[in-house]
Amino acid sequence: MQRGECHRNKLVLQRFMEFEAVIGLEIHVQLSTKSKAFSADSTEYGGMPNTQVSPISLGHPGTLPRHNQKAVEQAIKMGLALHCDIRRVNHYSRKNYFYADLPKGYQITQFDTPICNNGFVKIKTSAGTKNIGLIRIHMEEDTGKSMHDQDLHDSLLDFNRAGTPLIEVVTLPEITNGDEAYAFVSEVRRLVRYLDICDGNMEEGSLRCDANVSIRPVGTTEFGTKVEVKNMNSISNVKRAIDFEIQRQTELILSGGLVVGETRGFNGLQGTTFSMRKKEMINDYRYFPEPDLPPMHVTDEFLESVRAGMPELPETLYERFTKSYQLSEYDAGVLTDDKATALYFEELAKISGNYKASANWVSVNIRGYLNENGIELSQFPLSHSKIAELIVQVEKGVLSHSAAAQKLFPAMVENPDESAAGLIEKLGLAQNTDGDFIENLVNEVLAKYPEKVAEYKSGKSGLLGLFVGEVMKASKGKAEPKKTNEILLQKLG
Amino acid sequence: MKSYNRISEIQADLQSGHISCLDLVRSYLENIRLNSHLNAFLEVWEEEALRRAAQTDENIRAGKMQKLSGVVIALKDVLAYKNHKVSASSKILEGFESLYSATAVQRLEDAGAIFIGRTNCDEFAMGASNENSAFGPVLNAADETRVPGGSSGGSAVAVQAGMCHVALGTDTGGSIRQPASFTGVYGLKPTYGAVSRWGLLAYASSFDQIGSFCRSVEDIEWIYNCIAGPDDQDSTVSVNHKTLPFEKGSGKYHFAVMEEAIHHPGLNEDVRSMIKTAIANLEKAGHRVSYFRFPLLEYMVPAYYVITTAEASSNLSRYSGLLYGKRSTAAVDLESTFVASRTEGFGTEVKRRIMLGTFVLSSDYYDAYYKKALQVRALIRQKTLEILDGCDAILIPTTSSPAFKIGEKAKDPIAMYLADLFTVQANLAGVPAISVPFGKSSENLPMGLQLITGLFEEQKLFALSETLMSVAE
Repeated sequence: MQRGECHRNKLVLQRFMEFEAVIGLEIHVQLSTKSKAFSADSTEYGGMPNTQVSPISLGHPGTLPRHNQKAVEQAIKMGLALHCDIRRVNHYSRKNYFYADLPKGYQITQFDTPICNNGFVKIKTSAGTKNIGLIRIHMEEDTGKSMHDQDLHDSLLDFNRAGTPLIEVVTLPEITNGDEAYAFVSEVRRLVRYLDICDGNMEEGSLRCDANVSIRPVGTTEFGTKVEVKNMNSISNVKRAIDFEIQRQTELILSGGLVVGETRGFNGLQGTTFSMRKKEMINDYRYFPEPDLPPMHVTDEFLESVRAGMPELPETLYERFTKSYQLSEYDAGVLTDDKATALYFEELAKISGNYKASANWVSVNIRGYLNENGIELSQFPLSHSKIAELIVQVEKGVLSHSAAAQKLFPAMVENPDESAAGLIEKLGLAQNTDGDFIENLVNEVLAKYPEKVAEYKSGKSGLLGLFVGEVMKASKGKAEPKKTNEILLQKLG
Repeated sequence: MKSYNRISEIQADLQSGHISCLDLVRSYLENIRLNSHLNAFLEVWEEEALRRAAQTDENIRAGKMQKLSGVVIALKDVLAYKNHKVSASSKILEGFESLYSATAVQRLEDAGAIFIGRTNCDEFAMGASNENSAFGPVLNAADETRVPGGSSGGSAVAVQAGMCHVALGTDTGGSIRQPASFTGVYGLKPTYGAVSRWGLLAYASSFDQIGSFCRSVEDIEWIYNCIAGPDDQDSTVSVNHKTLPFEKGSGKYHFAVMEEAIHHPGLNEDVRSMIKTAIANLEKAGHRVSYFRFPLLEYMVPAYYVITTAEASSNLSRYSGLLYGKRSTAAVDLESTFVASRTEGFGTEVKRRIMLGTFVLSSDYYDAYYKKALQVRALIRQKTLEILDGCDAILIPTTSSPAFKIGEKAKDPIAMYLADLFTVQANLAGVPAISVPFGKSSENLPMGLQLITGLFEEQKLFALSETLMSVAE
């Protein structure tokens, strides 16, 4: 067989092949402890460069690390939330490499004894639910930041971040596409926020995701050459980068090429990945046990105290909202999307006693207001009890739901100190249940549309709505709808 | 000025007004001037010492005698002292001043001590002769053609030649005990985890300990009690263990002697007869001496060098030319900043150990060297503790010979590494050890005997040192 022919045959063969992607994610979660992993320096974001540094963060000669119990507690919380086994005897290791933003020339991390092993994350995609298994969660310290574009001649270094505690969540290669990766990162972000161990902000880098992507022919078990994709600074970019990378690798193989093991970056503007460095250039990190830190023991008491301090997680809340509160799956989903919303809703429902109305107000009106104004729930001016007042007023029929939504709610937001009842009075929003008042309006309306009345009487009962609407319009929304209906039906005989 | 051997004597004379602290400090400064050719000091803090001496005199007159009032101390140049230079006798720390004080230094200062200067040592404490300093060798005051030992050679000579009363050193594999033995003073390496390493410029973190050079056991104990104890800044300082109390009992003790040591072919004859005299005298005084075999002896130095160089290769990564210390003028970008600064900043021995350590930690050799050395260390520790369980102390020469000539071993690193043969055991096992001066060689050179006790048995070590001294006379 000629060489060219062989190549052609191979191509033909490959055209018939279908590929599947094998994806593992590594997610760095910057913990929200007040002080750094191995020193008392502040971890607050956004300080002036190099103001949150001590000799320890800067790796000055003679300094020693000391471990932060709060960081361990947060790592364990994450492990418990993700159904992991918690390791009782933890060793730290040194990962050695030279870089400008690494003051000691090594990073303190966990190598062969991560604090958490196994576990899984339950994700939901349009294809259904799936558990993504985890290999490990380990603790480590962050590096400083190099800035190459702030100065014409020099690179600048900021060590405020150096030593900030991180945990790294490493999945099994069980993710198969960008949608699943999207769902996975979203779920991890939701959980870290529920656990209050990280703000989950990918733009600021407090949550960072790297993806190891490879493809292989469907039906085979061997892994293809993997490519590590970095610099995806939003969840949608994680999805875009992965989908692009799968496409790129597939096309490469189909055109007879080979995937090269390498690290690639993601260009968010173009939606493409680009080569950063080949695998041959990867360091030998010379991991060895960190001699400055004795093994850290997680005692039964400590583990139990962390377990006892765990907040309710979205899954539990979702169960309760759908089962006990009888909310729709959609409403329960929206309300448990973030912890603040779920807590606000629960508190409101408790005060107002009306779950359905509370769910509506939170998921429609309040969320709408927050979105329009681009603010967080924590910045929303009205307390649960104010919204409860409003719900009670509607329930009692003092004003219509639409008047409450369109007039009273905006007024309350403007005047958060005034009572709902006071504003209803002031704005004249109370419905009018007075029979004479409504009857007069009904008479006016019926007199205005004699042909419609005739049509109604000949069987077009759907016209009732028109009459109700006209009465409402004439009353400027104040006619109480139930009473209006009654009178109309009576008049139309 | 009278030459004092004990802090208690100094303080008695200060208390009685027999001497003033100012005069005392002046006499040390005078000795430093007279002996400047020994190269023991890298920097003398003359003005500060005089100022603090005047203050001490005032305090004593006001009835405020502190635990270390009038005690003049030199610091090995690997200990951080706030707002003072510290260089580890290396060019790589050119111009560097520490922003904080080592815990041990702070505790001494708080107890009223006066710091007189920082002393020369082997670069980053790597050496056994003080010939690896970037600032030249230190000479032994007993014979100026000989080395004072290392790495804490400057500290040893400072005490030997009366340039201060006490000096702090650090001991990773013998760096206090070996120079103490070469200069005829007392030198203690405490239990690993007894004294905080905060502010000690690390050579090998799981071995390094801070200890002192003194002219009496009494002072060794005095200083140890000031610097030992838990410290939040160092998590390897044991908070569960503290120095165990020791009851003197009958005053008759059981000393165990390592057979391989006294029969070692490399053992100098003067040293051999010294330990034989000690054994005979101890037995004569009613103490028990037994012998034990320790076949692991030949693995001690290799295991020690594999693990310490591994740790050192990582510990010294921070000296990169980037954040502090020396930055090469040849640096044009990140890579050349690292490479040129380190190439110019580190001396030969430091480079050798960084390369050794990098090699034994590299993924292809980790199991064959580093991991195996850790196993050997665990075995040595276990066997050593077993032996210590069956006796009061191990008795062994501190060094296989008295001080050798300057340049004698400089070209042969393996011969130099063997200078640590009898001292590394205590560091590998983490147990405390002391070198006690014991007689002179035929060439009139000081020699030392070493005692090793169990973990945190420093009090016992001090009592047995007194016993050993009592049979020396």
